[in-house]
Amino acid sequence: MDSALIPEGANRCSFPKFAVGIAIVGAVVLWGVYAMGLIWWKGLNQTNMNDYYGFALWIWADLAVIAVGGGAFFTGLLKYIFKVDELKNIINFAVIIGFICYSSALLILAIDIGQPLRGWFIFWHANVHSMLTEVAFCLSCYFAVLTIEFIPNILENRQANKVPFFHHLAHNMHGVMAVFAATGAFLSFFHQGSLGGVAGVMYGRPFAVREGLLIWPWTFFLFTWSAAAFGPCFTLLVTRITEAVTGKKLVKDNVVHLLSKISGWMIITYIIAKIIDTIYWATVTVPGLGFNISHFYSNNGFYGYWILVTEILVCGVIPGLILIMKSTRENPTLRLIAIVLGVIGVCLNRWVMVLQIMAIPVLSFDTWALYVPSWQEVATTVLPVAYGIILIAVTYRYLPVFPQEKELNRTKPVTE
Amino acid sequence: MFPFNFEWAWDIAHMVFFGGFWYAISILGAGLTFCILKAAYDTFKGGGESHH
Repeated sequence: MDSALIPEGANRCSFPKFAVGIAIVGAVVLWGVYAMGLIWWKGLNQTNMNDYYGFALWIWADLAVIAVGGGAFFTGLLKYIFKVDELKNIINFAVIIGFICYSSALLILAIDIGQPLRGWFIFWHANVHSMLTEVAFCLSCYFAVLTIEFIPNILENRQANKVPFFHHLAHNMHGVMAVFAATGAFLSFFHQGSLGGVAGVMYGRPFAVREGLLIWPWTFFLFTWSAAAFGPCFTLLVTRITEAVTGKKLVKDNVVHLLSKISGWMIITYIIAKIIDTIYWATVTVPGLGFNISHFYSNNGFYGYWILVTEILVCGVIPGLILIMKSTRENPTLRLIAIVLGVIGVCLNRWVMVLQIMAIPVLSFDTWALYVPSWQEVATTVLPVAYGIILIAVTYRYLPVFPQEKELNRTKPVTE
Repeated sequence: MFPFNFEWAWDIAHMVFFGGFWYAISILGAGLTFCILKAAYDTFKGGGESHH
């Protein structure tokens, strides 16, 4: 039915099977859209946020998708600026994942502001002293970069590429992609950093506040570093899931090994910096503000030292070590464990830096705020995941996303 | 956002913030415009297949 649109030589499932899959995931999207509509129509009273607890579950999701979407900017930086040519075989997919993550982040922000019709105020009436304004600027611009990086892949669709203008446009965009990738890296550095900076400058929240360099707290650099370190893990994880779902090998092992190795070294260097930062914060910053570290991990039913150990040791040191050692990195099972742990680790870090910060009491009469999200928050947080699955399914079906797919899945000639 | 907005001030914060913003927008706009114009030129010139 749609075979004319499918990349030449690629084998895809039948259209009815594809349509059923999209319809099932589409139902989840509709659930999320319904919840989003309720929030826009009735307001933020549909959430369990209040004056005491002002960050909904989706703010964690927002920071998490931005962190894992960092694979796009870092892979682009390696491919176009540092000329790591092997990565051309995964860059299209990294860009698509980045596009999904950043469009989801913008969607979440549109839900969070409660009054989406006033979304443009952040540009028109910008508060130039706010790190979040910088985040909004860089996020929007970087989404434009990702769209530009995605366009050539769309234009390479079998039918679109027959149109001479589209063919030339895709070719020319490839030619200047390094300029766009460099701009994207610049923008990513600042918005990833500023998201961390927001936590680091919260002087009223001893759990978050950090010393730093000039106007930038250490969390600024740690957030950028962690996104560059763990983002490629997410790219590799989604690639592995896509391979499992399609039953095909889509990227050669040498590319996966290379990206895993780079990610591993980034994780190890990041986690060393994070450990140093945590020790300095626990032994100097926190006592200096009149607190003891146990204050942040006790007297409540959820946040204990386990979360610190899980984030740094289980989901930081362990995946880093697995990925830097050749023998463990090239073992598919261990590599999968490492990239899953890495993705959990960076999401846990964003959870701690967004939700735990808000939960901890800071005044002597305060109590822990253990917040439970409403179903509308859950639905709007699941929405980007379902949307991402649909976009990946559609792009995989109709676009030449994986340059090595044909070579890796050649049908064996019949010998009889 | 623009110097003609009532809250605009010619201070360092506005210059750094909006300088970076317009710088990034200009690069993206110029790059995209170049690609579109060159694609139109290549199409009308009717040159052979280009490869990438």
